[in-house]
Amino acid sequence: MSNPIGLQDGGLADPASTSGASEEPGGPVISKSPTQLAMGRLLKDKLTMISAAFVVFFVLLALTAPLAYHVFGWIDPLKSDQDLLNDFSLPAGKWGGISSDHWLGVEPGAGRDTLARVWYGTTFSLLIALSATIVAMVLGVVLGIVSGAAGGWVDAIIGRIIDLTLAFPQTLMLLALASTGMIMVRNYLHTPAGNVTAAVYVVIVLGAFGWTSIARIVRGQVLSMREFEFVHAAQMMGASKVRIYFREILPNLWAPILVTFTLMMPAFVSAEAALAYLNVGIGAPTPTLGNVLSDSISFADTAPVYFFVPACMIAAIVISFNLLGDGLRDALDPKGNR
Amino acid sequence: MTEYDEATAAASGPSLDAVLAQAHAPAQLDPNAPPVLTVRDLEMHFPVRSTGVVRRKIGDVKAVDGISFQIPKGGSLGLVGESGCGKSTAGRAITRLYKPTGGSVEFEGRDLAKVSNRGLKPLRREVQMIFQDPYSSLNPRHTVGSIVGAPLRIHNVVPKDQTLKRVQELLEVVGLNPEHYNRYPNEFSGGQRQRIGIARALALQPKVIVADEPVSALDVSIQAQVVNLLQDLQREFDIAFLFIAHDLAVVRHFCPEVAVMYLGKIVEIADRETLYSRPNHPYTQALLSAAPDVKQAAIGGRRERIRLEGDVPSPINPPSGCHFRTRCPLAREICAKVEPPMLQIGPRHKVACHFAGELGQHPADPVTARILGVDNAGNPDPGASPVELDDQPGFSDVWFDLKARTTVKP
Repeated sequence: MSNPIGLQDGGLADPASTSGASEEPGGPVISKSPTQLAMGRLLKDKLTMISAAFVVFFVLLALTAPLAYHVFGWIDPLKSDQDLLNDFSLPAGKWGGISSDHWLGVEPGAGRDTLARVWYGTTFSLLIALSATIVAMVLGVVLGIVSGAAGGWVDAIIGRIIDLTLAFPQTLMLLALASTGMIMVRNYLHTPAGNVTAAVYVVIVLGAFGWTSIARIVRGQVLSMREFEFVHAAQMMGASKVRIYFREILPNLWAPILVTFTLMMPAFVSAEAALAYLNVGIGAPTPTLGNVLSDSISFADTAPVYFFVPACMIAAIVISFNLLGDGLRDALDPKGNR
Repeated sequence: MTEYDEATAAASGPSLDAVLAQAHAPAQLDPNAPPVLTVRDLEMHFPVRSTGVVRRKIGDVKAVDGISFQIPKGGSLGLVGESGCGKSTAGRAITRLYKPTGGSVEFEGRDLAKVSNRGLKPLRREVQMIFQDPYSSLNPRHTVGSIVGAPLRIHNVVPKDQTLKRVQELLEVVGLNPEHYNRYPNEFSGGQRQRIGIARALALQPKVIVADEPVSALDVSIQAQVVNLLQDLQREFDIAFLFIAHDLAVVRHFCPEVAVMYLGKIVEIADRETLYSRPNHPYTQALLSAAPDVKQAAIGGRRERIRLEGDVPSPINPPSGCHFRTRCPLAREICAKVEPPMLQIGPRHKVACHFAGELGQHPADPVTARILGVDNAGNPDPGASPVELDDQPGFSDVWFDLKARTTVKP
């Protein structure tokens, strides 16, 4: 070839063809990516913005709890004070012992500050839910992409594993395997005995059983997207498979991944609570929303305030994350109907 | 001048008429140009599997069933045919989006059909593709700069810090504002998106571009601009095109040579003038009679429409003999028994039909019977002496004269 394409100047001065590129009148045009367009839609959705504010609030709570305890000393979730209890070991005073020192009352039995327990519990609960969500997401996205991309027997095997996981009586197995599982975690991952091992066990179990939904979504998206012409175009350029799946297809999967993420978080917060009720996971005195709630259930009639505080906290976290997830789905996929 | 040139001229004002008439001259046929791409007996069969656990192969979709042609250097071959005839599949098999199941695609002494995936990467620079749908051919999550720059980065064509400069040059070449490299595809119109796709194909400076219905998703006025752009680029950079389309007018405007496909096979291939004025295959004749003709409408004349009965048969189980015989008005016994060979009947004209002839002048007895060594009903004729056919993808200097029924040498 005599001259490389485009390296001569004005080679194709062509008024007719440049008219195809419309010149915008005045002012710089601000480019908006699909993500920015979605953000615009999101900002207009009041309910979602309110729930987003709540989510931010809960995340801030979780982040500040260690500061409030260790640095500022505002709260102490472990300090027991029998003086706050009456003869029946129930909180002294009306409304479960609510006072200027104990804004949300006092825990019956041990006499610890409920606010401190719930505040610090939020940190542990969200930490467990977040870790489990990340484990499930990474597993699900990678297996989903591999399944959709490879097809054939790989796809069939991963599909059967998903079916098996869904059909698995997980709660039962979880309980039955709890002690063995925790010993295995301690032996293989060398975690310190006690709550760390319990937390890791819960994260592994939740992650190992939670990845199926996102894997199915990602697989479906990959299957439909690999027939898109931009994927053929990438093949045409000689792009490697890894590049095609992780640079071309994965960026188009952020919407379902983000939505599933925000919907999986609350599911794992309540799953942690359910496991705590079954005595699996982090146990007292270290607080999580789950073990505070499960402890409070026996006081539901005698000290209702102590019962309602963690219950409302879990409900608020679950609802705000769910509403945020729904709003995100609407904003990211405006054409889809609920 | 065709309607496309007129549309462009009208859109851009009368003062540019003369300029445009010169600028967008369609490529001329150069009979002596060496072939850049030679496709020989290309086959693309997709397996059909049974449902159930053990997915046995129960047949083949014969999407492309042995096609041969040549594309001359800097020339362009049009590939036309109705939906589902295998023309897009042929394009994808040639560019190795699919691995062909048979035949060869020769390019610069190498067989594209047999190169391993690893060996294919350097050849990707030479053979590129323009896609049909400008809305799905650009990744919505990447900026234009990243889309056009991707081939440059993958092949390390230019140093990293010069990628942007090169991308802007390419955008300018295809008539887009180079400052728009930072934008996303959703901010462009269909025509502009197609220009982005063209810039991406040009980035590697290919020698061959397979254009898979590059304008059929666009408005007619935009089609004209894009076709003109392709013509300018072809002349400027000496690129050979395989132009796949179903719009006969666009192909006529763009391609000096045209091949007509039906059910996975090429039925007729000829230079533009011959194919459009003197088609010899009944399918080509029917296809052309179905296309509206502005000139004839203007003088009030009405062309006889040839109506084909029935549907295209399934490519899983194509008819025996000639694939077109189930819908052909001329079909006889021989058509079911013997597949018509590709017969060169003019200097640059090949046709695959037992009863090849101009419209209304089809012969009464098969022209191919003697060559194939069969009688007129298609049964083997022990007395006949079959002629060894020179079945090359290109054209030879010797051809079979239909009227004299002999081989002639000019």
